[in-house]
Amino acid sequence: MSKGFLEIENLSQRFPQPDSSDLMTVFEGVDVTINKGEFVCLIGHSGCGKSTILNVLAGLATPTDGNVIMDNKEITGPSLDQGVIFQNHSLLPWLSARDNVMFAVRARWPDWSKAKRREHAERYLHMVGLDHAMDRKPAQLSGGMRQRVGIARAFAIEPKLLLMDEPFGALDALTRGVIQEELLKIWSETHQTVFMITHDVDEAILLADRVLLMTNGPHAQVAESVTIDIPRPRERASLHQQDAYYPIRNHLVDFLVNGAKEMSAKAQAAAARGDNPRHSPRIVNPARPETNPEPGPRMVRAV
Amino acid sequence: MLSNLNLRATVLSLVMLVVFLGVWQLATAPEVLAPQQGEPSEYEQLMGGGSDRSSSSGIPAPTQVFSHAFGELSNPFYDAGPNDKGIGIQLAYSIYRVLLGFALAALIAIPLGFVIGMSPLLNKAFDPYIQILKPISPLAWMPLALFVIRDSNMSAIFVIFICSIWPMLVNTAYGVASVRNDWLNVAKTHQLSNLRTAFTVILPAAAPTILTGMRISIGIAWLVIVAAEMLVGGTGIGYYIWNEWNNLDLASVIFAIIMIGIIGFLLDASLAQATKFVRYAD
Repeated sequence: MSKGFLEIENLSQRFPQPDSSDLMTVFEGVDVTINKGEFVCLIGHSGCGKSTILNVLAGLATPTDGNVIMDNKEITGPSLDQGVIFQNHSLLPWLSARDNVMFAVRARWPDWSKAKRREHAERYLHMVGLDHAMDRKPAQLSGGMRQRVGIARAFAIEPKLLLMDEPFGALDALTRGVIQEELLKIWSETHQTVFMITHDVDEAILLADRVLLMTNGPHAQVAESVTIDIPRPRERASLHQQDAYYPIRNHLVDFLVNGAKEMSAKAQAAAARGDNPRHSPRIVNPARPETNPEPGPRMVRAV
Repeated sequence: MLSNLNLRATVLSLVMLVVFLGVWQLATAPEVLAPQQGEPSEYEQLMGGGSDRSSSSGIPAPTQVFSHAFGELSNPFYDAGPNDKGIGIQLAYSIYRVLLGFALAALIAIPLGFVIGMSPLLNKAFDPYIQILKPISPLAWMPLALFVIRDSNMSAIFVIFICSIWPMLVNTAYGVASVRNDWLNVAKTHQLSNLRTAFTVILPAAAPTILTGMRISIGIAWLVIVAAEMLVGGTGIGYYIWNEWNNLDLASVIFAIIMIGIIGFLLDASLAQATKFVRYAD
């Protein structure tokens, strides 16, 4: 396989357990390649280690094994090349919306003049539709507006990789829909490489080029890479009229309801046998099932 | 509705004041009907009970206190020798000692608290000393301070210093240690240097807690200065009270008590005002 923009190689995370000398394996053998400009969503049940993977990509956590290479450089710590949007906005509450974005812009380009920083920050706040609220502090903004400031802040530093950890998880459904479309708009203008964690299948189908599916932990794995074969620009209102929508949606839901548990059991059995857990996800296109490969040998292996 | 509430509270406050002053005035009014029984006792003589300037109990009536206060406040800065200075001068000495001791304490406590708050190791290492030193009455340091410093004025300032340092130290360390991890992650993902993180993230985040510590400190310092000045003497509002007690001038004592309360309130209010500038809604 050719080297992609972001290479996640044989990533594993194990934690010591309080009542046992054995390590608890959260996930292992994760091999994923992400291309430049790709929008990738990661879906999995709680506790499978999604957020840990994201934190490793952000440089905020160190994996037990494996490494991550972005643009031919290993990620060893947090940097401005990886922008992060957390679920709980994490804006600095003593700064206005504009100052929060300017804070990030200043970190990125320390030698810019104040006027230039301001202009740059306002451009991104304008993109998320916050022209009227730039002077307000986070406490004076609604949850959706705060998350928009977080998006503006992350896009404003123009990172090589944008990481989002369930960015809309705390928002109500209506607000979420509006911000998803705004995110699509900004993304289509900037073509950032995005890695996003979500629980929402429809959100993933709307936004992503590819959806990575994780099995349940412990010994979680990225089992499938589902191609979202729906042409862009996509719109929320007409998404379900696309031919590919229901096959994809059914596949994702089916995986989450049944597959994640079954594959998890197999993975745990394999781990008990001591098999090498490293594997790349099976590439699936539910909209064109004839192109799908047979399940990998590891999954059908007789016990 | 709110202004209505404020108005009613003000009226109630005034009623309480009038009742209190009324009771005080009545209680200290000369007992016209009850004839003196024989000679005044020795205690009464000592307390000035036999003299004509006093009311029945020896406590001055509010009217006496107010006329005295008016006299003092109309010329607060006169200086007629070591034992006769205006109330303004005495208060200025006390405020100067409190502010100097408090400023020295802040100069040490806030940076040290910052370092302790950022380092779990130092936090644990310093903790036993802080816990033992904190409950010591600041006046217990006085003899040691007098012996080492050999200057009564500086010793009073030292006592203020030592009593102001703990609340600021403890609050700064706590405020810095409990800065939210999210905000520290923001600093990390933006690759801020440690110094920039300290000044642009941790300091503003911990500022309300630090200011709270400063407010507690200045309150304690103002409590302690009165006692310290009673001990070291010379100048200051504490010395003034003790001096007027020796003069058996209770009107001056009561007047000084009221002034201590007012200045203490103003010191606290000024720091409360400062807290408003750094407070943030979360």
